[in-house]
Amino acid sequence: MFKHILRSLTGGPVTEASPGPSETALAELAGRVDRASKARLGRSLSIRQVDAGSCNGCELEIHALNNPVYDVERFGIRFVASPRHADVLLVTGPVTRNMADALRRTWEATPDPKWVVACGACAIDGGVFAGSYACVGAVEAVLPVDLRIPGCPPRPAELLAGLLALLERNATAP
Amino acid sequence: MEEGEDTLFGLLARIGRPVPDHRPWPRHVTDRAGWLTLIENLGVADWSLLGLWGEPAAVHAALRAEAAGEVAVISLPCPEGRFPSLSAVRPAAIRLERAACDLFGLTAEGISDDRPWLDHGHWGVRHPLADAPEQGATAVPYPFLKAEGHGLHQIPVGPVHAGIIEPGHFRFTANGETVVRLEERLGYVHKGLEGLMRGKTPTDAARIVARLSGDSTVAHSIAFAQAVEAALGVDIPPRAVWLRALMAELERVANHLGDIGAVCNDAAFSFLLAELGQLRELVLRAADSCFGHRLMMDRVVPGGVALDIAETGPKRLFDLTAELRRRFAPLVAVYDGKASLQDRTLSTGIVTTGLAARFGAGGFVGRASGRGLDARKAPGYAPYIELEFEVPVLTEGDVNARLWIRIREVEQSLSLIDQILRRMPGVPRGPDGITPPPLASMPAGRGGEGMALVESFRGEILTWVRVDADGTIGRCHPRDPSWFQWPLLEAAIEGNIVADFPLCNKSFNCSYSGHDL
Ligand code: SF4
Repeated sequence: MFKHILRSLTGGPVTEASPGPSETALAELAGRVDRASKARLGRSLSIRQVDAGSCNGCELEIHALNNPVYDVERFGIRFVASPRHADVLLVTGPVTRNMADALRRTWEATPDPKWVVACGACAIDGGVFAGSYACVGAVEAVLPVDLRIPGCPPRPAELLAGLLALLERNATAP
Repeated sequence: MEEGEDTLFGLLARIGRPVPDHRPWPRHVTDRAGWLTLIENLGVADWSLLGLWGEPAAVHAALRAEAAGEVAVISLPCPEGRFPSLSAVRPAAIRLERAACDLFGLTAEGISDDRPWLDHGHWGVRHPLADAPEQGATAVPYPFLKAEGHGLHQIPVGPVHAGIIEPGHFRFTANGETVVRLEERLGYVHKGLEGLMRGKTPTDAARIVARLSGDSTVAHSIAFAQAVEAALGVDIPPRAVWLRALMAELERVANHLGDIGAVCNDAAFSFLLAELGQLRELVLRAADSCFGHRLMMDRVVPGGVALDIAETGPKRLFDLTAELRRRFAPLVAVYDGKASLQDRTLSTGIVTTGLAARFGAGGFVGRASGRGLDARKAPGYAPYIELEFEVPVLTEGDVNARLWIRIREVEQSLSLIDQILRRMPGVPRGPDGITPPPLASMPAGRGGEGMALVESFRGEILTWVRVDADGTIGRCHPRDPSWFQWPLLEAAIEGNIVADFPLCNKSFNCSYSGHDL
């Protein structure tokens, strides 16, 4: 074990350089972020992930953001346990009808200002589950959505680019 | 032969008539009296329940006689919408029967628990897959089972949990720190997958079933493809068979690596999560470079595989297995050498061998509790029949045992990946030098019924399918291994402290989405 720690200390970080913020994601966000909140948030972002019926594929990749290779915390992005501590709800899945209430209540429990990110094809338009009796479909049908990150599932680099866009927009605010 | 001494096939021949065009195992249709005889026999025979699913006017059960290696489906037409419950003799049937009731309106007579399961009253429709669904529905309160006694209190958890995990509700009854009872309530991520598959071509339906449980996308895709191919009598190119197995083993390794790290993290040992998370990332990147998708979604399709491995793939995967072997073994040694870590995992969350057998649990949950079944070996399917690997089995049934099974399975899968790479048939070149993807075309205008048993990283998947004469899916039921593991988690946590629940839960890592359908 100590050999390992020694190697980790001398071997240099395994973390990769960050990708640039995605232009489209930035553009989508621009109109929606309100000034006061920008100032308040500064450069850190607390995210509460909500699985609203995902196949778990999106969660696997969101998890990867926390591994040492992507290490999302270095950008000031943290995943938090409670919506009460969150600035952002990162929502996955085609919003099953059995989860719609819980999703709404999670949003209500999140203090203002708050942003909703629809993560993955399902969250954006229901994906392959669109039209099912058991699904509402897009997250947008339940909550106001500020940013969409496409993919099935989005790769960690794509998630990171989307979240960085959210962050950069905040950091550059007056 | 006297009653009670029948073989499974013998009994079915006696109580039912065989259905033509059901492959590769037989299906028999019986009547009410025959179904009751079956229940009587299940009371004495050790046949395990592989699955139970409904249709608008029929119920089907898949059974296996392990010793004889017999697998069969038995069906009971129920025009009145009722059938005698199997739950008294096979408790694993309870949730499956509750689901069949929710979806098709089939009542299991004599079931000990008739509360709805997947239906939470939010769909706007009752029995959505029945011939005549009832419009309108209202949510009614869900009565949790009672646990009464001095000093007991309840802790409700979920559906939204504290981490990045799937939603479900856990109702703990605790006495101080000790869990007296855990009751699960699932169904939150029910997406209506079986309904969506109806009327789709097998190729379109494959995209849906590939999203039943993202971590098992390859395994579920293989199970569905094999079932459809059995139904339609399609032979797939040999190379596709090997490429499927290659993807399945990559998926298994990636999941085990991630989960072993996550279990240790839940015991407050984040070092292994950080290390094993890197190894998992290596596997996903290799999968991406070989097959163009980190989770290899939509790569396995009915008829074969959607694309061949990238030309540089085999070399990359040989390098991957070499690197994983080099880096994994020292991490295992760390786990093995940390008394403070094992203090949390040893004798925590025990599933007794008897319980694992009663519920027919497979995968590492079953294998850590003495149940050494692996669909790759029995009934077995290509190419595993030609490959050498061992199925690890332990009997302690605790978190530690489940971890060791997964450690051993990583080692076995690395060996399988090497064997597959070495023995896979070469790329067939067309006359013009073009390489077609290893994919057989699906016959049009033909129907049939098929089933498949495929080993995912969690355990055995059963997928049953009926392809209608017009070539579309009439009914498909993919039964995730989680159905038979979730109930055991309730038992495993009993008598443990509440704080050990995340650890126990992670050591099972049942699929919510795979179960909720
Ligand atoms: S977008 Fe794709 S990976 Fe994400 S939940 Fe939907 S099906 Fe799963």
